Amino acid sequence: MTALLAFDGLSKEWFGVPAVTGLTLDVPAGTTLGLIGENGAGKSTLMNMVGGVVTPSSGRMAWRGEPYAPVTPADATARGIAFIHQELNLFTNLSIAENIFIDGFPRRFGFIDRAGIEATTRALLERLNLDHPPGAIVGELAPGERQLVEIAKALHRKADLIIFDEPTTSLTPRETARLFDVIARLKAEGRTVIYISHILGDVARLCDRVAVLRDGRLVDEGPAAEFPIPRMIRSMIGRELSGLFPDRTATPAAEVVFRAEGLGQPGVLENVSFEVHAGEILGLFGLMGSGRSELARAAFGLDPLARGTLSLGGQPLTGSTAERIAAGMAFVTENRREEGLMMEAPVADNLSLVTVREFGRGPLALLDREAHVEATERARSELGIRAARIATQPVKSLSGGNQQKVVIGKWLMADPRFFILDEPTRGVDVGAKYEIYALADRLAAGGGAVLFVSSELEELMGMCDRILVMSRGEIVSGFPRPFDREKILASAFRETVA
Amino acid sequence: MTNLSPAGLTPRPDLRPSASGGHLGRRLRALVLSDYFVLYLSLACFLILVPFLPTLSTPGNLTNLMSNMWPLLVVAVGQTFVLTIAGIDLSQGAVMGLTSVAAATLTATTAPASVLDTAPIWGSLLTEQGGLLAGNPWATPIAIAVMLALAVAIGLFNGLAVAKLAMPPFMVTLVTMIAVGAFAIWLTQSNNIRELPESFVALGKGDIVSVWFGPKLEAQLPRKQIYPFVTWPMVIALATAVIAHLMLNRTVFGRWVFAIGINRKAAEISGVPVVRVIVAVFVISAVCAAIASILYTGRLETGRPTLGGGNFLLDVIGATVIGGTSLFGGKAKILWTFFGVLFWVLLSNALNLMNLSAFHVDMVKGVVILLAALLDVTRTRLARAAT
Repeated sequence: MTALLAFDGLSKEWFGVPAVTGLTLDVPAGTTLGLIGENGAGKSTLMNMVGGVVTPSSGRMAWRGEPYAPVTPADATARGIAFIHQELNLFTNLSIAENIFIDGFPRRFGFIDRAGIEATTRALLERLNLDHPPGAIVGELAPGERQLVEIAKALHRKADLIIFDEPTTSLTPRETARLFDVIARLKAEGRTVIYISHILGDVARLCDRVAVLRDGRLVDEGPAAEFPIPRMIRSMIGRELSGLFPDRTATPAAEVVFRAEGLGQPGVLENVSFEVHAGEILGLFGLMGSGRSELARAAFGLDPLARGTLSLGGQPLTGSTAERIAAGMAFVTENRREEGLMMEAPVADNLSLVTVREFGRGPLALLDREAHVEATERARSELGIRAARIATQPVKSLSGGNQQKVVIGKWLMADPRFFILDEPTRGVDVGAKYEIYALADRLAAGGGAVLFVSSELEELMGMCDRILVMSRGEIVSGFPRPFDREKILASAFRETVA
Repeated sequence: MTNLSPAGLTPRPDLRPSASGGHLGRRLRALVLSDYFVLYLSLACFLILVPFLPTLSTPGNLTNLMSNMWPLLVVAVGQTFVLTIAGIDLSQGAVMGLTSVAAATLTATTAPASVLDTAPIWGSLLTEQGGLLAGNPWATPIAIAVMLALAVAIGLFNGLAVAKLAMPPFMVTLVTMIAVGAFAIWLTQSNNIRELPESFVALGKGDIVSVWFGPKLEAQLPRKQIYPFVTWPMVIALATAVIAHLMLNRTVFGRWVFAIGINRKAAEISGVPVVRVIVAVFVISAVCAAIASILYTGRLETGRPTLGGGNFLLDVIGATVIGGTSLFGGKAKILWTFFGVLFWVLLSNALNLMNLSAFHVDMVKGVVILLAALLDVTRTRLARAAT
């Protein structure tokens, strides 16, 4: 079997830190390769090199045995390589057909051949079982359907290698099942697939071969049949993972740190009351649209509240977000890229964003740069953020898990007493998840209180002392340990089940 | 079917540094990425042009060049703050016009009825005997205080409309530009007010030395030959720039300004007082315009409502952007603005010496702004490739 794509000693350094080191791997034609690794293991860098977005520092790539050195994404497209990304690259204001033909409309008599485009698009959509007319606007499709449009685009370009990067993160179970059908069909047609995912069960199910990256190196590779999930995890993190969750080291005290009473906002929250104790991790579970994140935002003063009172350590909370931060609140939002980080700014500036006031000296608040360097470096090493020069390196060059640690770190520097974590492990791999859980435990053990908001029941059951369930803006039930998964889910689904 | 690559992805080998990049290539890249690149560019332009335009390097012209530079620098420094938060301030010129009229109305020592009797301020605020404060020893400081107060008021309006009402800076300052500019012109019916007191005029063009020792001794002072270019405008402009540099780079406030420019949402959630910082930035911008107005009004010895009109905005934004400050926010340095202004003034000066018409001058300036935008793109690419 000849290799469709081959890497030979491929390396890439960022700011002197190796992201990929001496990677040698063949992707045989017609196989489905599962590529796994923790965040920061080098998967994205590797794929960016394949896609012509990043130029390797050293080493070679070969495509069908020919040397392959793409300079732009167009080079990759021209060879027949297609990417299906987490964030889709579609024009949401254009139709399906226009999106598929965006890089070259066929012409007839100098005009765009609408009829030809429609016919081709219809045929493509039929192959993918996507039941929409070619003229449907992409913005009106569900996330899973948009992804199929991306795949249709790849099929239209006659792509031989289709690379899926975390394709299931925003899909419903049914959409996921349909995507897997499509991938199976692509395999049957003899196309080569690279499938990147954190969901190891999917990798085991879909792939013929598995390759594991760790710290930029290929640490394990072989046929999927010889790759049970425990071996995947072991290779990814380089050690046995005793459990998915760290042991809790604190028990809740009687002292109430945060109290919410009768919170209400028309159409969003209805009579929400709860309290979080010192040393406690309180879970907040709910389905999409249940009001979980809205509650967190309102508690932090970001969204308005029509009714209700909040207090922290007995003191009422009424003021601006800044005053709540000063009172000892912290909020890790669910969307780190848009709300958590200044992606272009250096790691150090991100770490000190909340506490920068403390580095001001004198009436002009001149920055004490030495203290700033010292404090941010201390935060970096405490959190184990992998970055070489935090004073200059932009945070966008870090992996997802390390970025999330920066978000948590900027709050830790303010030494808060009440932490709201909204989906803190979203898009983060197994090892980094464990570290974030351990951080949550450390906060509680230090006498703080944590409100852990999540849509993943397993992590709440693993980490929390109590779990509250939200539905349609109300807290419908509360569960103490030991948790009963069925009961919690039934409570969350009350609208749809009962 | 044709297979065109999407426009944005077209390979541009000319803009892409080769991966191997020889020694010279690396040197060149470092030069283009350097903070001082625009300074080198200005010096290079100067050295290239001097053989063809010998007047360029005469002491008289250099004095002229620098006196053109100082007020523009002050305005551009203010604009730099606004651009850093990804805003824009179109109203700086109008602020200059209004404050110029206000200062002259207060301090003019005499005014001709033949010119100004149609102005709404004639008879009440301004008469044949001059302005309200004519002859008052405190006229100049009071006028300056009024100018700054007016600027603060306009800056507050701009800032509050942008920060509190979430209106786009372009729209808000466009409205202020039109309304305030028109108001200034209406006040004097587009006429200039002349005959300003010595103390005010000195701020616009007086040598430090002559102010220091009194006008009588001026000619005998040897120090005047040693420091012929140290003028009040120079001192005021450089002091403004140094303070601005410290504010932007060395203070908590500066960090907040950058944070808002890079990611306003993240800044809000992290407790940055976003509204206050945005308002402060627009106030700084307007106050800088007022300071520049002091320098221009003094230098022209005239309160002029159309000061800062015409293509002045082009000069300010052109100079700032050429320096390297990004229109998209979060990327700025006062030092860059300083060099940008130097380059811009040198360019204008050279074009004038070539005896080109004003239209030709503006056409060339337009092309230069285009090249500056291209330079910005190239620098971004080089910076990315270097990492």
